[in-house]
Amino acid sequence: MLSRVADSLYWLSRYLERAEHTARLTDVQIHLMLDQSPAASAQRWGRVLTSLHMLPPRDEVYDARLLTNYITFDAANPNSIVSCITNARENARQLREHISSEMWEQINTLYLQVKTQRIDDIWETQPHAWFVAVKEGCHLFQGITDTTMNYNEGYQFIQAARYLERATSVAQLLNVHFETFNDENGLGFDFLEWIGLLKSCTAFEAYCKVYMADLRPDTIAEFLILNREFPHSIGFSVKRVQDALLEIGEDTQSRRARGVNRLAGRLAALVDYGQIDEIFAAGFQAFLNEMMRQCAQIHDAIFQAYVVYPVEREFSE
Amino acid sequence: MNQSQSLTTVQMPLPTPFTGYHLATAYDEMFSPAAAARPAYAELYQRLLEMPAHMLEERQKAADTSFYHQGITFTVYSDDQGTERIFPYDLLPRIINAAEWDTLERGLIQRITALNLFLQDIYHDGRILNDGVVPRELVYSCKHYRRQMRGIQVPGGIYVSVVGTDLIRMPDGSFAVLEDNLRVPSGVSYMLANRSVMKQVFPRLFGSAGVRPIDHYGQSLLATLRALAPRHRPDPAIVLLTPGVFNSAYYEHAFLARQMGISLIEGRDLLVHDNVLYMRTTAGLQRVDVIYRRIDDDFIDPLHFRTDSTLGVPGLLNVYRAGNVALANSLGTGVADDKAIYAFVPAIIRYYLAEEPILHNVETYLCLDERQRKHVLANLDKLVVKAVGESGGYGMLIGPHSSAGEREKFRELIMADPRNYIAQPTIQLSTAPCFIDGRVVARHVDLRPYILYGEKVTIVPGGLTRVALKEGSLVVNSSQGGGSKDTWVLQE
Repeated sequence: MLSRVADSLYWLSRYLERAEHTARLTDVQIHLMLDQSPAASAQRWGRVLTSLHMLPPRDEVYDARLLTNYITFDAANPNSIVSCITNARENARQLREHISSEMWEQINTLYLQVKTQRIDDIWETQPHAWFVAVKEGCHLFQGITDTTMNYNEGYQFIQAARYLERATSVAQLLNVHFETFNDENGLGFDFLEWIGLLKSCTAFEAYCKVYMADLRPDTIAEFLILNREFPHSIGFSVKRVQDALLEIGEDTQSRRARGVNRLAGRLAALVDYGQIDEIFAAGFQAFLNEMMRQCAQIHDAIFQAYVVYPVEREFSE
Repeated sequence: MNQSQSLTTVQMPLPTPFTGYHLATAYDEMFSPAAAARPAYAELYQRLLEMPAHMLEERQKAADTSFYHQGITFTVYSDDQGTERIFPYDLLPRIINAAEWDTLERGLIQRITALNLFLQDIYHDGRILNDGVVPRELVYSCKHYRRQMRGIQVPGGIYVSVVGTDLIRMPDGSFAVLEDNLRVPSGVSYMLANRSVMKQVFPRLFGSAGVRPIDHYGQSLLATLRALAPRHRPDPAIVLLTPGVFNSAYYEHAFLARQMGISLIEGRDLLVHDNVLYMRTTAGLQRVDVIYRRIDDDFIDPLHFRTDSTLGVPGLLNVYRAGNVALANSLGTGVADDKAIYAFVPAIIRYYLAEEPILHNVETYLCLDERQRKHVLANLDKLVVKAVGESGGYGMLIGPHSSAGEREKFRELIMADPRNYIAQPTIQLSTAPCFIDGRVVARHVDLRPYILYGEKVTIVPGGLTRVALKEGSLVVNSSQGGGSKDTWVLQE
């Protein structure tokens, strides 16, 4: 597969995962606002922006409509939902012969749908419906990918990118959340916030099936980090990253694969052999930061091995 | 049909939905001058009479939505608004009967065979120039003549693998060639997309009409490209080279690559080492054997052509010279579709094949020739003037539709550079029924079939029928407000 194609498939997938995550997080935030005081809600907006790696907009007025616009429609914000979908679609446009027509049509339809709307079209009536439409649009793309695309190297690049993005965003979300709501910070146990955290990862129902509706920070952390069956947990995600990269190494038979696979294996082992009490004892935030650092390292290694490798060495052998 | 008949304007009140349908001096594809439906169109005519107007509109909507969602678009350069636009699709098919197609097919094969021999000749011995059949200075002064191609033995002696010839139907009903596109002809994806949408919106009509299939175009093109591969490479890597996503025909490049299952590559994916061409893949560098290139000569190799091009591959021509890669089409083929050389194509056919041309040429005046130039300048208001190296409807004056100022501008242009201009009589392209604003009306159309030259010359039965959507307009180019429709070639 062409390196440029791998590059585009990777970013297509990452951007779409980011759009879905952002939509879910914002939807939960707007829903939570209804039960919160204006002050609590303003603080929460700040945390939402940090979890999404977004700088606050210039004026820093925590007006819900302005912020929602900033996160969803603002083309000047490179990580806004519309920016992410536009970027994903732009990558898909360069990949037309590598993805199925159905995949292209779905992402193009999603793009046209969000591109023609403005904040005022959704704000007064049904922001929730809009976020649901974005999430469904992304899910549909994934479903179409799973049923129409060859499970080849390109598919594996899509998988690797999606789960790498997911692991990173869930880690960042936990990081921001625990910084505020860990018992030591004295804010106490805010039931709504913990439900909000789970819902931001579509994890509320799945969590209850394992631990019942017994919300405790340590079990929530355990579920979102170490669970191997829940598709939005970090543990599940890094395992998928590892699997996809092994397949890519197998397909390409590239000698550069070993370096990437070692990094992916090391990260998977961190989850495989981790225990939540040990993680807390050794420093929860440090653990999450280490995971995010390793994710970034894997990202770099993928590009070094498959996309931007130096050609001189190819000829010298 | 004699001359006096074809000039009669018939204004019969036709039944709904044809009430706005005008039969004028041009040949009409659907109706005879007496306003009777021609046999090939009889069934379509009957269906349209029976079909409620809203049904046609619903089908038009369904077709438009389908194009929109598939992202079948082209880019307009002069428009800074939306760069992507849908190529307007007309609902009603253009129908060609079996006998007409048979003539077209033989005529096109003859023409392409001769033009290919012409290219082989002028880049080697130049017999036709020595014999004075085509003026030497006309060839050497051509903008698209590439001296770098002199003496290069191209694979199989095939210069033009893919051709899209523009045909028009004359008022007497015969087909004539308006332009040969021998460089990087485009539009074939619209031919295929139009057909697939047609089958969705008019399944019953299509099923009963006995239309010859065109779906094997991708396979035929692949076979054509494979025929060019160097003999010692049993499993050749074939790729399609595109200028990239910002090119107006990018959709088509991606579409064709997908149809053939080959890689769509850009110049930045390629590199040359020791006169061998490689592409950068995730598994390392991989050798490339055949390129279906959709980049113009000028941009394909900055070492030999335009040095400011970032779209091409430095050193590609060296690889080609060394016989390590095949190009379709070859370089420098534009010489044979130069609009001044066009005037000599009948002579070229007679020279190489010793046959009479089956398809007519349109009468053409070379401004380079003093006597012909005088005639052109005296008749600017009646003629169509074209720049010889342009395509896409750019650089053109349509005399009868022009202003005095435009004519004056062209007079100056012609005087300044007579080699660069030719003129032709204004031809009333034939008209065909189109569904526009809820009515069936007559609009001018042309026809571009696609010819493939591999082991032998093949033509997929069909082509792109382009439509001038504005009433009375004779310009069918997509960049100038044209649309297209499905083209049916009947089994019998």
